[in-house]
Amino acid sequence: MSFIKTIKDIPKEEYLAPGHRLCAGCGAAIAIRLALKALRGPTVIVNATGCIEVATTIYPYTSWRVPWIHVAFENAAAVASGVAEAFKIMEKKYGVKRPDVIAIGGDGGTFDIGLQALSGALERGHKMLYICYDNEAYMNTGIQRSGATPRGAATTTSPAGRVIPGKLERKKDLIEIAVAHGVPYAATASIAYPVDYINKVRKALETEGPTVIHVLTPCVPGWRIDPSQTITIARLAVETLVFPVYEVENGKYRINVMVKKPKPLEEYLKLQGRFKHLLLPENKWLLDKLKEDVKWKWERLLKLSNL
Amino acid sequence: MSGNKVLGLSGNEAVAYAIKQANVDVIAAYPITPQTIIVERLSEYVNNGELNAAFIPVESEHSAISTCVGASLTGARVFTATSSQGLALMHEILHIAASLRAPIVMAIANRALSAPINIHCDHSDIMNARDTGWIIMFAENVQEAYDLVLQAFKIAESHEVLLPVAVNLDGFILSHSLEGVNVLDDDEVSKFLPKRQPIYPVDFEKPVTYGPLALPDYFFEIKRQQAEAMEGAKPVIERVGIEYGKLSNREYKPIKAFGMEDAEVAVVALGSSVGTLRAVARRFRKKGRKIGVLGLTLFRPFPREELIKYLEGVKVLIILDRAISYGSSGGPLYLEIAGVLYRSGLRPIVLNVIYGLGGRDLRPSDVEAIYEEGFKCAERGRAERELLWVGVRE
Ligand SMILES: Cc1ncc(C[n+]2csc(CCOP(=O)(O)OP(=O)(O)O)c2C)c(N)n1
Repeated sequence: MSFIKTIKDIPKEEYLAPGHRLCAGCGAAIAIRLALKALRGPTVIVNATGCIEVATTIYPYTSWRVPWIHVAFENAAAVASGVAEAFKIMEKKYGVKRPDVIAIGGDGGTFDIGLQALSGALERGHKMLYICYDNEAYMNTGIQRSGATPRGAATTTSPAGRVIPGKLERKKDLIEIAVAHGVPYAATASIAYPVDYINKVRKALETEGPTVIHVLTPCVPGWRIDPSQTITIARLAVETLVFPVYEVENGKYRINVMVKKPKPLEEYLKLQGRFKHLLLPENKWLLDKLKEDVKWKWERLLKLSNL
Repeated sequence: MSGNKVLGLSGNEAVAYAIKQANVDVIAAYPITPQTIIVERLSEYVNNGELNAAFIPVESEHSAISTCVGASLTGARVFTATSSQGLALMHEILHIAASLRAPIVMAIANRALSAPINIHCDHSDIMNARDTGWIIMFAENVQEAYDLVLQAFKIAESHEVLLPVAVNLDGFILSHSLEGVNVLDDDEVSKFLPKRQPIYPVDFEKPVTYGPLALPDYFFEIKRQQAEAMEGAKPVIERVGIEYGKLSNREYKPIKAFGMEDAEVAVVALGSSVGTLRAVARRFRKKGRKIGVLGLTLFRPFPREELIKYLEGVKVLIILDRAISYGSSGGPLYLEIAGVLYRSGLRPIVLNVIYGLGGRDLRPSDVEAIYEEGFKCAERGRAERELLWVGVRE
């Protein structure tokens, strides 16, 4: 495949085999399965510790039909740097075939504990794609807040208490961090827009240098949602402007899913147990702050995209 | 036999020279005193086209060793170097490198761990990492640092071993001392160390999952195999030491023994102090005093049987530690040997000396006093104090 036009063009090959232990309705599982549809040849996956890693490789079984490496939680970008550079030099020295290298990390392994390793790898400019599947908390250890948890969300370390109603701090902006490194390609993506997402993975693989894709992945137990609603909620995140779908190519911003008439934020929040308390009148101040975050980001994006 | 080329090299330079000759594929490292010169030299070699390798200037030691693990799994020959805080920062991944059976070679210019921050020699850095599953070797001088680094690749990459190897050289004392080093010719090294033949390199036809999750039903067996691999490394290390001897005229054994044929008092140590111990022992021997010196080149796997062979008939054994194991009954080397002795049934009087922390010199006069104490114990038939702190203001 090169670029696809409709979901009918999505390749049938499955590189993530069934039988893994991810939850029914796991957004991250969908994100990884779809990403692997964009492969263009030999590829090595480097996976940070997290749900995807633990649930797909329970020894002696594996769901991976491509070479796959897990070392630790915070170092996927560093391990991938080693894989990419080793193949590059071995191609020169011994004529070994050089594969694509994709690092995969959750939001915890990317926004927080792995940020330094990611920054180092982006600065050094290795040819690799880093995919962050963002379920907005440390899910593998039981739903603790991360730097990617949005304002107001309840997690087990930012519970909706009587005094402090959930996470008070704003979500970090991963793509802005990547763009600040001057990477040639960085993009957000949504599993509700698979054609756009798969094409972005493909585009990233075709790009020389380091690339970053940030994909939002609803989490059934973590977001307290119905397993049948994963895609609906992922789509609502885009339609309510919570998670704009855009790309930055050599510094040029482009919004890929234009939202002319945004839906009210509450439509997104009300389907999720983690935001239930935000809809109570006494927490309106926090809901308003979240709304401000969303508005600020979207308006900034419009400006950056010259719209 | 080698062309007998002698170069004036510091310990760091000798290591870098060996790495160049070993035709390493990937180097990932981060600067830290007193190791820094190794990676500076290597960057020069790479940037001047003298070494065809990827030099990856990572943003931390944690990433250095992580990058090395990734590179090693692809089948590349991989090297890194560090000291002290750098090694401590690597700690988590040291275990993983060994468990994933990644034959990385690392040089460690030994330096004290903070606090207080200090850049000088002791062995607290490597002792803190002694149970990470790495093969651990100690150089006594610059020549040994050069020789051991070359042997390290042969040992690590052997299919009977597949474990990472750490070669220790005392910070400043060796890393920055200039010595005349006998180096091998490049083509002798390439014959001794041909291109790595990985056993399970990343393969796209038969994709392998490296580093999976293992639950209680399999984890224990995997660890048991790792312990087995460490024991299995011993004969390989011995074989490589002999083979290297044929090539260079410098044969290596896990233990270097001096005067042990009839020693009443024996002293055992790691690293550069072994030279000082031997020099003072020679003087004692001239006076007819039966002292012996054991220098351990190999610390992991610990050369248990070899050590016991030397200790038959020894009345007093003095164990020198350049590190503390806080709250235990002695230094790390003492603890190691105490266990070996207990199993062997041998019961010499044992003295443990803690010395040289944070770069405090071990002077010949200190060594004389230590030996005198040893002979006193031999006469008395017991030790007054089993733990001696030498060279410290009390
Ligand atoms: C150094 C280190 N600290 C903590 C952990 C425990 N830990 C394992 S996975 C995880 C959370 C992962 O969160 P994220 O990256 O968001 O991925 P997810 O679990 O959501 O898939 C944590 C905290 C660890 N394995 N290593």
